[in-house]
Amino acid sequence: MSQENTTPQKAPDTLPEIFEAFDDARRAGFIAAMEFKQNGGKLAGCLCSYTPLELLDAAGIAAVGLCGMSNETVPDAEAVLPKNLCPLIKGTYGFALTQKCPYTYFSDLIIGETTCDGKKKMYELLNDIKPTYVLHLPQSQGRAYASDIWREEVELLKQELERRFDVEITDEALRDAVRLRNRARRAFNKLYALQENTPPAMSGVEMMTTLLKSTFSFDVEKFVESVEKLADDRLAAYEARERPVPASAKRIMLTGCPSGGVIQKVGMTIERNGGAIVCLDDCSGERTQSMLIDEDADDILRAISDRYLGINCSVMTPNEGRIENSLAMVEKYQVDGVIEVVLQACHTFNVESAKVAAACEERGIPYLKVETDYSTGDLGQLETRIAAFIEML
Amino acid sequence: MTTDCKEQMGGLDAVKPIRVGIDIGSTAAKAAVFEGDKLAFTTAIPTGYNSADAAARLAEELRLQGYDVEDPRASTVATGYGRISVPFADKAVTEITCHGRGAAFLFGDDVTVVDVGGQDTKAIRLAKGKVAKFVMNDKCSAGTGKFLEIMANRLGVSMPELSVLAREGEPTPISSMCTVFAESEVISLIGRGIPREDIACGVIDSVVAKVVPLVSQVGGDSYVLTGGLCDEAYVVQRLAGALGAPVRTTPEARFAGAIGAALSAS
Repeated sequence: MSQENTTPQKAPDTLPEIFEAFDDARRAGFIAAMEFKQNGGKLAGCLCSYTPLELLDAAGIAAVGLCGMSNETVPDAEAVLPKNLCPLIKGTYGFALTQKCPYTYFSDLIIGETTCDGKKKMYELLNDIKPTYVLHLPQSQGRAYASDIWREEVELLKQELERRFDVEITDEALRDAVRLRNRARRAFNKLYALQENTPPAMSGVEMMTTLLKSTFSFDVEKFVESVEKLADDRLAAYEARERPVPASAKRIMLTGCPSGGVIQKVGMTIERNGGAIVCLDDCSGERTQSMLIDEDADDILRAISDRYLGINCSVMTPNEGRIENSLAMVEKYQVDGVIEVVLQACHTFNVESAKVAAACEERGIPYLKVETDYSTGDLGQLETRIAAFIEML
Repeated sequence: MTTDCKEQMGGLDAVKPIRVGIDIGSTAAKAAVFEGDKLAFTTAIPTGYNSADAAARLAEELRLQGYDVEDPRASTVATGYGRISVPFADKAVTEITCHGRGAAFLFGDDVTVVDVGGQDTKAIRLAKGKVAKFVMNDKCSAGTGKFLEIMANRLGVSMPELSVLAREGEPTPISSMCTVFAESEVISLIGRGIPREDIACGVIDSVVAKVVPLVSQVGGDSYVLTGGLCDEAYVVQRLAGALGAPVRTTPEARFAGAIGAALSAS
């Protein structure tokens, strides 16, 4: 009855036929994932920052980010999904359908969540391609029962992982996982803090790319070490007076939808036109990474579930926490202007943008909303809007 | 304007230090020249298929008027969608900033600028002569000059003739926002024998209906129109009616982008 019990197909441990058509970089990704699987590794694809990664870590399952971030498979997805849907949803489904993403292809399980309507209905279709487990989110953090039902959801995921992978997730393993993930969060926060400097220590595009890369690692410890090293290197370089970003660059906060798929389109356009992204305020950025988990909490599972429920996403109603947090970040990073990216057909961020715009206007902070997708059709218009915005700062 | 300027320039042999603005739009390419703080010359040509070629033709026309853009004392700024295709420009500035600056020069520092361009429609709120807020149309030609051009072609008239026809008509609602669908709708209206005047009136109202929400997003109480439609008195009249406030314009406003670009030159 429940989708959790159906297993449409066994996760593969050999390459798909389409492998022959790939370029070297993608082949390398496929081969790395295949070797990981052939050496007994387990892989879970995750789509959202609400996924409690500590459970996967504690179960010995590698978590990889699967959000579709390019236009490549959108036309394939549109054979099934409506055109007027968020590109992230179409991309995610398209990559599963076409077997063009190594992480999706080799995933033993995909973990989704009931964030937006488009995603949750897409997961039903995705489940026909890959076993997909969907976490049910409360509508807000505000209700008295929200913490309890979300803890229950996290408990159900734990049971599902234990059953499906025949493992036991102990409290001790969860605590170890929390410690390691907290270390990762501290490393990210250290990296973010470098951007408080004038000029910032690194380009926003480099920061975004680093963050994105970290979601494709099979080994949490290794990726934590690499982020820590990057933060140390960048700090040392800054102290050695290296200034990769000119002091004249306008300080931009990027807020709104997940930005992984628009690093080139929006991120690079901002930085090419005299801006520097000093604060990344999307769901994989500081607003999420700054939330740590109490490693010594009596009920470690609740400490985990409470932390994830605290994430500010526009699917929550109300979602005042996000706006308060964004305004605090504007102060902290001495932001000159806020650019909000809304992915096409993302109703929750699109509607909520009116609140963000009003909050910015009230405080005299210039604000620009750009609505876009992963295609290249609006590159010219985007360039003009973003360049004009930076000119007016 | 152009003939007056030439006369004022008199026997100009030596090249004066000048500021030049080049605005390569999707439909028309415009140039404006400042001698000191005085707007001395403006001109417009069709852009054609090649932005770089349009820029070269403008440079040639300026040269014939005694303005050498290659002279080291001349400072040139390019704007418009073809702003990166002007090899002789010292820098490129977006058309938002330039239309704002040009409008402030023509109309004063605290106005809301409506620019209906060939492919983009913009609403720009100025505060103390600087852009405080702006919005542009979506990646869609509804509410732009392109919409009017296509409909005028379909009705077999020029743009000025469309205005003249529209003034005589009663608006026929054109409900499609999409240019392609609206064209089909116009074809079916023609087929049903609806007077051309009424369709022309409906076409202009359709553009106005798309422009007004953009303008209300930036607000303001003193409206000015820049861009290619500033010569179309009837469009201005309908826009003012829909906004419920006067809309000022002047024939020079079609050069607002080029004027703003010239003013951005150092």
